[in-house]
Amino acid sequence: MEKFEQLTGLVAPLDRANVDTDAIIPKQFLKSIKRTGFGPNLFDEWRYLDHGEPGMDNSQRPLNPEFVLNRPRYQGASILLARQNFGCGSSREHAPWALLDYGFRVIIAPSFADIFFNNCFKNGILPIVLPEATVDTLFRETEAKEGYRLTVDLAAQRITTPSGEVFEFEVDASRKHCLLEGLDDIGLTLQHVDEIRAYEQRRRQEAPWLF
Amino acid sequence: MTGKTLYDKLWDAHVVRTDEEGTSLIYIDRHLVHEVTSPQAFEGLRLAGRKPWRTDTVLATPDHNVPTTDRSRGIEDPIARTQVETLDANVAEFGITYFPMGDVRQGIVHVIGPEEGATLPGMTVVCGDSHTSTHGAFGALAHGIGTSEVEHVLATGCLVQKKSRNMLVSVDGKVGPGVTAKDIVLAIIGELGTAGGTGYAIEFGGEAIRDLSVEGRMTICNMAIEAGARAGMVAVDDKTIDYVKGRPYSPQGEQWERAVAAWQDLKSDDDAEFDRVVHIDVTQIAPQVSWGTSPEMVVGIDAKIPDPGEESDEVKAGGMRRALEYMGLEANTPITDIAIDKAFIGSCTNSRIEDLREAAAVAKGRKKADSVKLALVVPGSGLVKKQAEEEGLDRIFLDAGFEWREPGCSMCLAMNADRLEPGERCASTSNRNFEGRQGRGSRTHLVSPAMAAAAAIAGHFVDIRDFG
Repeated sequence: MEKFEQLTGLVAPLDRANVDTDAIIPKQFLKSIKRTGFGPNLFDEWRYLDHGEPGMDNSQRPLNPEFVLNRPRYQGASILLARQNFGCGSSREHAPWALLDYGFRVIIAPSFADIFFNNCFKNGILPIVLPEATVDTLFRETEAKEGYRLTVDLAAQRITTPSGEVFEFEVDASRKHCLLEGLDDIGLTLQHVDEIRAYEQRRRQEAPWLF
Repeated sequence: MTGKTLYDKLWDAHVVRTDEEGTSLIYIDRHLVHEVTSPQAFEGLRLAGRKPWRTDTVLATPDHNVPTTDRSRGIEDPIARTQVETLDANVAEFGITYFPMGDVRQGIVHVIGPEEGATLPGMTVVCGDSHTSTHGAFGALAHGIGTSEVEHVLATGCLVQKKSRNMLVSVDGKVGPGVTAKDIVLAIIGELGTAGGTGYAIEFGGEAIRDLSVEGRMTICNMAIEAGARAGMVAVDDKTIDYVKGRPYSPQGEQWERAVAAWQDLKSDDDAEFDRVVHIDVTQIAPQVSWGTSPEMVVGIDAKIPDPGEESDEVKAGGMRRALEYMGLEANTPITDIAIDKAFIGSCTNSRIEDLREAAAVAKGRKKADSVKLALVVPGSGLVKKQAEEEGLDRIFLDAGFEWREPGCSMCLAMNADRLEPGERCASTSNRNFEGRQGRGSRTHLVSPAMAAAAAIAGHFVDIRDFG
């Protein structure tokens, strides 16, 4: 997993609540057996005017000019600004894979769905929860000023706006540590093999039908 | 000291260790695997040179991508075929129990786990699929995980988790005629909202839940995730134990006696405290129909489509307008005026034998409306299909002009060939009405099996209570 320390990036606003993982990456692309290559199909049904299928040359497909990510001013965005309950629905990790492959490293929203939130951290994406009013402010500023960029500093847990205003955010200490170091948590868990074995031994006595 | 909730008990029994800031390693007793969310996890194991921690806890089957029509020629779509063949190869390489296509035990993971007795009370159950919450119906702690977590559970037998908060949804009163588990859970989601359960483990209790069959409880827990909760659960009672008894993976003999004794404690203590308690009066619930593009957008069959103009929350009103536009519907239209193009009876929510009986009872001796292009019945597993055929349900459906198919996820998410065309409207017993869920431009209305069958016959939504 790629480390996440600090990022200054262009912000793209997606002004919809309850954006689900079916919208983030439609099911036909879940047939891939890889972790990469989902970026061109991120938000496929909103982004293109035709029906997308795996294997198509996406550069030849008609773009939906109305969709926010297709607007020239948001090209190259690495921070996605979203509304409440972002990432609801299925557990497909293809959703964070698609966001990452497209170029997003940070998602800011008033709330996230649990499984999606968790999946982001496993893939080097930082999901940030900010109060509704702060998110409203960021939406206004992003839309008002072309080239609006934020600086996100994970170590300091701070977001800085172009005018120098600072918003602090919360992040779980262990998740922060894994992101900052780019750690694989399987390796971390396997440091506790003795404890897992001790649990199994105890449990085998209590509930032998589980073994 | 206050008592413990069912969730507290399940959690405490599975904690391997907890670090200073409250993140725990919890032990996983059952891991269900399917073709869509596992290939990258197996690949990760291979790249790191890791072996599965245990293979006897893992059970695999293909379900999302499999065709529901004639399977003698295999899977036509080459990309889907590769994904299923990848699972075939992975289970062979790692030595995992597998019900492949063609095995009568193949089916939707959430149907076959309980059917095989692979889901037991008191277990922790995970699967790379959000509807894993289904298994909570057995007094188990069950939830969906992402692919990185699939790899983590395969490699370590454990999952990194923080404990959720406790919510009790108490469904009080006696269920009225025509109201099913599906209607109850849709009404609960309508009440809680699609994010109302975020951060919680929900226990469903109350008279109406105790009165439900175990399969009905599975339908309820299945959709806990649609209210934002990763896990839903129901306390163990005699019904749970009767359901589990004698299944292939259930304990036998002396082990069975010990297990049953241990399972008696799988309920919340009388003095347990919940972080949130929600009461639902089941006598006020009519058969439900979703009208929008989120499961919380749901009303009774006797209601009209809500008016965004009357919604004070701006973000919410905007979502309603967008949903109505996508669904091709007008505010204030009576639900019974909505005509459908197709009906789908199936999915991990509603494809078990009781669901098929419920739909067949409505279809019996009737005909699908000519205006309805397709009424699709997809059993949840090969064994459900077999039992339904022994009961003659297939004949009832076929005589009514419905189609009778092979088991799988099918048109719930339309990863295989079963899908809606743009603009088509479907009465569906599945769990999600998201934009594009059943195909690009698809319009999904979530209903119970009886309501889907009745809509297929009438050509539009009807109140099952008056359908006689």
